[in-house]
Amino acid sequence: MTDRLAPTYRLAPIDTSTFADERAAAGTGVDGGGDFTVIGSVVQRSDARGHVTGRTEFFEDVAPARLAHLKMHRSDRHHARILDVDLSEALAVPGVLRILTHADIPNNLYTPLKLIGVGPDDEPILAVDKVRYLGEPICAVVAETEAAALEGAARVRVAYEDLPPVFDVEEALKEGAPLVNEYHGQNHFIYEGHHCRRIRFGDVEAAFARADHVFEWRYQSAPIEQAPAETTGCVVVPQADGRLRIHSDTQACFFTLDNTALILETPFNKLRIVGGTVGGGFGGKVDVVVEPVACVAAMATDRPVKFVYDRAEEMQVSSPRAAERIYIKDAVMADGRIIGRKVTLYVDAGAYARHTPYGTTKAAAHLPGPYSIPNVWADCHCVFTNRTPSSAMRGFGVTIADFALESQMDRIARALDLDPLRLRLLNAYRDGDLKAHRKVAEGTALVEVIQKAAEMAGHELPEAYRRMSSTTREGL
Amino acid sequence: MPSQIVSLVVNGERREFIAVPGATLLASLRESLGLTAAKRGCAQGACGTCTVLVDGRPEVACLVAVETVAGREVRTLEGVAAGGELDEVQSAFVDCFATQCGFCTAGMIMVAEALLERDPDPSEEDVVEAISGNVCRCTGYRPIVIAILEAARRRRAKSPQEEAVAR
Ligand code: FES
Ligand code: FES
Repeated sequence: MTDRLAPTYRLAPIDTSTFADERAAAGTGVDGGGDFTVIGSVVQRSDARGHVTGRTEFFEDVAPARLAHLKMHRSDRHHARILDVDLSEALAVPGVLRILTHADIPNNLYTPLKLIGVGPDDEPILAVDKVRYLGEPICAVVAETEAAALEGAARVRVAYEDLPPVFDVEEALKEGAPLVNEYHGQNHFIYEGHHCRRIRFGDVEAAFARADHVFEWRYQSAPIEQAPAETTGCVVVPQADGRLRIHSDTQACFFTLDNTALILETPFNKLRIVGGTVGGGFGGKVDVVVEPVACVAAMATDRPVKFVYDRAEEMQVSSPRAAERIYIKDAVMADGRIIGRKVTLYVDAGAYARHTPYGTTKAAAHLPGPYSIPNVWADCHCVFTNRTPSSAMRGFGVTIADFALESQMDRIARALDLDPLRLRLLNAYRDGDLKAHRKVAEGTALVEVIQKAAEMAGHELPEAYRRMSSTTREGL
Repeated sequence: MPSQIVSLVVNGERREFIAVPGATLLASLRESLGLTAAKRGCAQGACGTCTVLVDGRPEVACLVAVETVAGREVRTLEGVAAGGELDEVQSAFVDCFATQCGFCTAGMIMVAEALLERDPDPSEEDVVEAISGNVCRCTGYRPIVIAILEAARRRRAKSPQEEAVAR
């Protein structure tokens, strides 16, 4: 018999010698004889057995008796005034128990980051007089069966007066652009009185005047849907003591509990979240979008209620990674030293803030990349448009910035016919450097990482570059 | 159209239940029979998280109207672990880190069970082909492919005689 697993298909065995030095240095672990024995050993996931036997309980696996189903009637316009909502046909659908509108939500206006002091409240749980993106929830149909809820939702009639939409971040910031979100009053988030998150360090204009070369390129990303295998949803079960038990696949149990309590205008201890089992999230399950309305539905009907997105809703209305547009202009000397970097970043929040003001701040904190550049100027705009609200996704704010920054580095290297690794080694930050945010860099390791990567990839570096270190500015 | 009584042989046991017209096999398993291992990832045949075996063949249960499989043999992940012992596929998924959030796992394992039933010594390409209707958003497919190949190896090692017969 031939062993088809060998050699290309076999998992590389975990090399337990990898961290032997560290363990020895710490005087603990397998080699040191202490009880710190995790590094270098194979540790199984605690939930793997449940997963492979089908016993892991996801929120949708709970099936309380008398479960009612909630489906949303959503905006079919990008931007429109709501003139009238007619529920009569929907209410006549057999099995429909109740239809919730904004008037049923105790505190209909929220923003998820209010818990850390971010404002203003800018998003209705259910639309009031206007819709600002395609798929915005308008009313929630609660019914005996999923089919009845769907049919009811399809029979809600909304009369609209269309408003001009704006879909482009730079268009949205122009004079005379349609106003997307009245709660902000302009199409961008305000950071402590400023129109954007800013970095001002040194004098970039002087650097451009002095530079041997100036390179300016534009980078752009599309929104990216997290597309978890399990869609967003919850099952809310009223308890005998008047509390609500919320089974949810949120990635943020306490954050959801607190926001939901604020929206319901109820003390936090009236809610209990059962969660922690998430069928993939990747940041897409941190907005508090299903629990509040499902709680109101459960209270209004005194029945357990399930509100779960179907796949189309997950793709269309769950908040994606924000689209970004980034302009980077660099002042570069003939030897590859970057002496100035100017970045203008536009992050598309969509119609509501959600987590994007924070994501934009993270992007600003990430600039100008892991390089010591003496003159840096950045304007990072969090812009409102009539697109699906964007929010968290793995490294939001930094991932797209990195794509742009490192593409920029490669393009500069190509334009100057320089080795891209040497270009980075030349500009990499060192311990003790003052970063553009006026923090002193500590514990930097970019130089060593590049050297090691070059070695592993068989990429030759001259002796001077191999001798560089993160702890000194020698050789620069 | 009235509801009807449907009978299936599920994991070796005859089960009867009332199905509303148009009820899917997935909804019947999850809601009528309380077997929730098969998951609803899309309800439109696109993700494979709902995969179960019908007469030994993998089917996306969300697209099967339950009355069309009345009387047939259905196998779900609940029917795989005999007496609480993990079988080779399950233990290989654990050992090869082939599960993260676990939402795709039931479907992946059922597809693997059907494959190994058919071919105890599949090639990597066979495995890739077998799981090509199953989406995993977390783990990445490589650990899953490795786990299935490892499961095949373990199963062959366990029953060398059976393998000899199969050849
Ligand atoms: S739920 Fe059946 S294929 Fe996705
Ligand atoms: S483990 Fe999450 S989808 Fe596969």
